[in-house]
Amino acid sequence: MSGSAPASVAPGAAAAPGAGVALRCQGLVKRYGDLTAVDHLELEVLRGECFGLLGPNGAGKTTTIEILEGLLTADAGTVDVLGLRWGRDDRQLRERLGIQLQETQFSDKLTVGEITRLFRSFYARGRGIDEILSLVGLEAKRDARYVALSGGQKQRLAVACALVGSPDVLFLDEPTTGLDPQSRRQLWSLLEGYRAGGGTILLTTHYMDEAESLCDRVAVVDKGKVIALGTPRELIRSLGAEHVVEFAMVEGEPLPDPELLRPLPGVRDVRVQGVTCGLVASEIHLAIPALLDLLGDRRTKLAFLTTHSATLEDVFMHLTGRHLRDA
Amino acid sequence: MPEPRLIPIVELTMARLREFLREPEAVFWVFAFPLLMAFALGIAFRQERAQEVVVGVVRHEASTLGQQLKDAKGIRVRTLEPGEVDAALRRGQVAVVLVPGPPLVYRFDPSRPESRTARLVVDDVLQRQAGRVEPIASRDETVLAPGSRYIDWLIPGLLGMNIMGTSLWSIGFSVVHARSRKLLKRLMATPMPRVQYLASHLLARLVFLVLEAAALLVFAWLVFGVRPAGSIALVAGLVLLGALAFSGLGLLIATRATTIEGVSGWMNVVMMPMWLLSGVFFASSNFPDAAQPIIRLLPLTALVDALRGVMLEGYGAAAIGREIATLTICTVATFGLSVKLFRWR
Repeated sequence: MSGSAPASVAPGAAAAPGAGVALRCQGLVKRYGDLTAVDHLELEVLRGECFGLLGPNGAGKTTTIEILEGLLTADAGTVDVLGLRWGRDDRQLRERLGIQLQETQFSDKLTVGEITRLFRSFYARGRGIDEILSLVGLEAKRDARYVALSGGQKQRLAVACALVGSPDVLFLDEPTTGLDPQSRRQLWSLLEGYRAGGGTILLTTHYMDEAESLCDRVAVVDKGKVIALGTPRELIRSLGAEHVVEFAMVEGEPLPDPELLRPLPGVRDVRVQGVTCGLVASEIHLAIPALLDLLGDRRTKLAFLTTHSATLEDVFMHLTGRHLRDA
Repeated sequence: MPEPRLIPIVELTMARLREFLREPEAVFWVFAFPLLMAFALGIAFRQERAQEVVVGVVRHEASTLGQQLKDAKGIRVRTLEPGEVDAALRRGQVAVVLVPGPPLVYRFDPSRPESRTARLVVDDVLQRQAGRVEPIASRDETVLAPGSRYIDWLIPGLLGMNIMGTSLWSIGFSVVHARSRKLLKRLMATPMPRVQYLASHLLARLVFLVLEAAALLVFAWLVFGVRPAGSIALVAGLVLLGALAFSGLGLLIATRATTIEGVSGWMNVVMMPMWLLSGVFFASSNFPDAAQPIIRLLPLTALVDALRGVMLEGYGAAAIGREIATLTICTVATFGLSVKLFRWR
């Protein structure tokens, strides 16, 4: 559809040769009243890859993933999962997909072992209870009731219930939201293990570091559309610069005119967010001295100056002019 | 694979049973509360006590009235000081007061049936002791009809009410609870056949039903000697049919509700008229004739009437055909509608 072509960076660049397509949706539309949650969205996830939908809250990530999971029906567009269709091959698809939803709470009174066993009973094939619990590192919690688990343990149990049927595709909707750093890392290594076994993952997240460290490819989603697509490295490289220099002036002093900053050597882009100014720079050893010279001539004082390697957050900023977290 | 193949409906039912048994409060309300209620009401309405009349005798030096009445059957004597007479009558502590004469005075309120009875009983005893000869020869033949006490009548009502309450609450609550925690949505994302989920609620319900119905009936038999006049199998069949009808109703109430508060409100709206009108504690025939057709349509009326028919009158299935039909229609209609309307999200 017109206007929906993603700003693709080297489309399909990360495709493992001969891997085949696990998930595909074309022209996907979902409306809630006046709100268009998903707006002619196109997506292709290859077998064996970990694909991330990255975007702010309300971007349409959850709606998209739930349509692919067969929990919502689209108003328009086609969805193809493992070469099968929702509405026709549901039973077969359910056996082959592992799903973790954002808000599921299991029964407080049941134990970890009982919940896993319950979900295991739903699938014709799959792993043993002990095997799956040791895979997610919950074997010591087997007899603990759900109510007594920590947030990270609950999330790992949710993943255990998604993995218990040995799925071909694993769907994860914001799997690490609200978790402490250690729990997040535990979950990441668990997912890497699943991938090593040849599994396909589609996950949504609004953490750039999660997308960067887990995903082979990332689609940046905003307002129901894919606005950029590629590997994390490709997306960052698309900024044309690897570094970001941020600075602010002491109170009461104005920032220099962006038009004065843009021609500085090594600077590719300038953006102003409130009192902070960010320079996207390819060569900071040129950009920083030039910036300091400029400020010195003006006799103004810096409040702070920092530099960091460019991240997907900067890509999102570059594309939309907004931050991911508060967009 | 070393582990045996697991069956979804078995695991789902086991999960329901575990959830219930790990909730001590629920266990109390389902099992202990009905027994306590039966016990309390059975004691309060014991008939042996009502058969005794309590009479007050005003203390008097020369009188032997108290002595004369003390050994008479069915009479209990309280000696009163002259100043206590009015208060004792007003408070209902005595049915009649005897003021020694001559002439002997009976003080009582004639609008109270028990007072009139007490006066006749006491007078009869005193006149005979004084040597009255009966002009007509007579003999009393007392008939103690089994199953005619209030407790005999109450137990089928309590059984019906208990079946209604536990079926509605347990199904309605657990379904809405699972929906509000997004657990239903998660279950929908598995290959588990949906009908097995609904069936597991029913199965778990029936397991507890056997226990709670048996507990009440055995309790009533041991403590009050209540015995069904008709077939035990038919009573069991009615208990089962009643549970199905109310489980269906519970499921129907829970098809759309997303919060516990919401479903509780609807439960009360559905149950309140039946508590009041279906004759659990007092005969529903006391309500106006115009209301009777509606009262007879209520599933709890059908269940309680059918249980009383079998337990008190010894009816067979044919005699309670209408009640059985009402419950069957209720079961089929509520399950049919529930499956159609059920919302998993």
